[in-house]
Amino acid sequence: MSGRDDILRRIRASLGSGDGEAGRAQAVARRLKRHPRGIIPDTGADTGADTVARFVDKARAAAATVETVRSANVGKAIVDFLRAHNLPQRLRAGADERLRRIAWPKGGEPEILAGASDGDDVTGLSHAFAGVGETGTLVLLSGADNPSTVNFLPENHIVIVDAADIAADYETVWTRLRRRFGASKMPRTVNLVTGPSRSADIEQTLIMGAHGPVRLHVIVVTG
Amino acid sequence: MEVRSPQFRQSAAAALDDARLQGALRQVRSRFIDKRAKGVASLPEFEALRENARAIKNHVLERLDLYLEAYEERVTAQGGHVHWARDASEARGIVLDLCRKANARVVTKGKSMISEEIGLNAFLERHGVAPVETDLGEYIIQLRGEHPSHIIAPAVHLNIGQVRDSFRAAHTHLPPDRAMEAPESLLAEARGVLREKFLSADVGITGANFLIAETGTSVIVTNEGNGDLTQLLPRIHIVLASIEKIVPTLDDMSQIMRLLARSATGQEMSVYTTLSTGPRRRGDLDGPEQYHVVLLDNGRSNMVGTEFQDMLRCIRCGACMNHCPVYQAVGGHAYGWVYPGPMGAVLTPTLVGVDKAGHLPNASTFCGRCESVCPMKIPLPKMMRHWREREFERHLVPADFRRGLKLWAWFARRPFLYRVFAGLGMTVLGLAGRRRGRFARLPLAAGWTAHRDLPAPQGGTFIGQWKRRRGAGR
Repeated sequence: MSGRDDILRRIRASLGSGDGEAGRAQAVARRLKRHPRGIIPDTGADTGADTVARFVDKARAAAATVETVRSANVGKAIVDFLRAHNLPQRLRAGADERLRRIAWPKGGEPEILAGASDGDDVTGLSHAFAGVGETGTLVLLSGADNPSTVNFLPENHIVIVDAADIAADYETVWTRLRRRFGASKMPRTVNLVTGPSRSADIEQTLIMGAHGPVRLHVIVVTG
Repeated sequence: MEVRSPQFRQSAAAALDDARLQGALRQVRSRFIDKRAKGVASLPEFEALRENARAIKNHVLERLDLYLEAYEERVTAQGGHVHWARDASEARGIVLDLCRKANARVVTKGKSMISEEIGLNAFLERHGVAPVETDLGEYIIQLRGEHPSHIIAPAVHLNIGQVRDSFRAAHTHLPPDRAMEAPESLLAEARGVLREKFLSADVGITGANFLIAETGTSVIVTNEGNGDLTQLLPRIHIVLASIEKIVPTLDDMSQIMRLLARSATGQEMSVYTTLSTGPRRRGDLDGPEQYHVVLLDNGRSNMVGTEFQDMLRCIRCGACMNHCPVYQAVGGHAYGWVYPGPMGAVLTPTLVGVDKAGHLPNASTFCGRCESVCPMKIPLPKMMRHWREREFERHLVPADFRRGLKLWAWFARRPFLYRVFAGLGMTVLGLAGRRRGRFARLPLAAGWTAHRDLPAPQGGTFIGQWKRRRGAGR
């Protein structure tokens, strides 16, 4: 008997399931299809509280830096961030159309290296699929538009997120994912990112910048 | 990994005498507990989520066979492969086979307790494959040839001086006069050394915090980002997961995710929660070409339907050990195997046998803090009691202890005699100790009096007092 059949047989024997099989299968199929939302923490979103403001607060609490700009000023915000931290005006970025459309300050356009990161890049630039107000979390999807290596290899990561894409909770983002990719399908990788990388493995002392970025800068784009 | 649980008594005594370890354990007592308390307080829905998380896992466990099949179907549909391993040896064989097919020399590893459970590192080394742990804590203890002493903070038993010594001994290619004082420089050094490994590894092995049946997705949660580089850069990603990691849907995962970080580190959300589904897609510029999941049973299917089924709800947050007075006193290594603390005291006898691990469920004061902080509401003390019963039934308890217990049971079944003898004993002890009020030594009670005095009884037996007071209350 194969390992697979043996393990499944043992589970069935332990459960003592013989009758009620149809009911069990139905319960599984129903849950997978309906994916009930469960308990959603009250973030105040349904009473009109500002989800974007909450996202900004929570991302800052997780040690990200955040600024809110109008879409015309995104390019300037990026250039200013690089200058403020004495970083080269060079970015690693994927093919996302929204990144291509960034309006750069005249004569100040940074060099853009297209494609995945190989570990030699100082700063990466990504566009998030969504944000989650509940915990200040960014949702990034893999693919040619925003290769996942850009999220992890460069020491500095700049992430743009549209204010309209910031949801109150994770569940709202899952609904959007299902709509975009089809039921029960997913992109290869979904990265939920809350603040820059850190470790507390030496004497439980929190140190920023473990294997991922030391700095995470979030640019929230309004209008 | 060798099971050293039978030596629990000696190991625990040694741990209590280890001043350096006791210094490290003081940090567990203060920091973890405070951080969790704040994390829990930040979410008014925490209790309701605990209830729901328990219900979700119970729902899954009662249908585990069906959810595993559904999960496998989704993984396969998206180009991944599922391998089923009945036990540790099968799991090791599957991983080695995949490494050999890939001609792998170096394997990077994200943090995985299943890897510890199956003793993967030693096995791979014996067969010419070099495993490199990439979680900072795991990397440190790998350099030292040790095992984790905590399921989420594997190097919590070490101080910075020990880390410095290990790095000096291992990183001989770096200048000996480099800066190593601050923990920041040590982290930067590890980051530099491991970055090379990430980029040169052929296979990346991670664990899984969740497996999602709806989408065929594996989920890892980290703060460092090491697990992400482990699965992103090599050509092959292998996920090691035990069968009970299944949750039905993305929404169900989110319910439990809200409890996990708060219970573990007190964070509202860990830095990286990464959902992986299958290998690199058409047009992708990065990501693994192959995606494999090794599903490990190793005795878990036999727990289903028994009094130990609730243990399969465990999400490995570590809250039970952080709050356990026994763990706080002796640390993780004394438990003698992979899983320490209350969750280990329940799980270890299941996985290695109560004959070897019987001391662990006995090393409990039954104070109940583990159960009260468990995000999945696992009745840990009750299950430790089940193990004590089984140990007794199987005659694994020392003869003296059994005789004593039998004698007590004989009296307990004869309440009249019990009261007469208890009252007599108390009177004698009360008279003998009336001058000093306590005993520094007593026959048959050396285990107690070796460490403290026994107070002389006063005021009659409990039953006697009960009768009097109830009478007075009426």
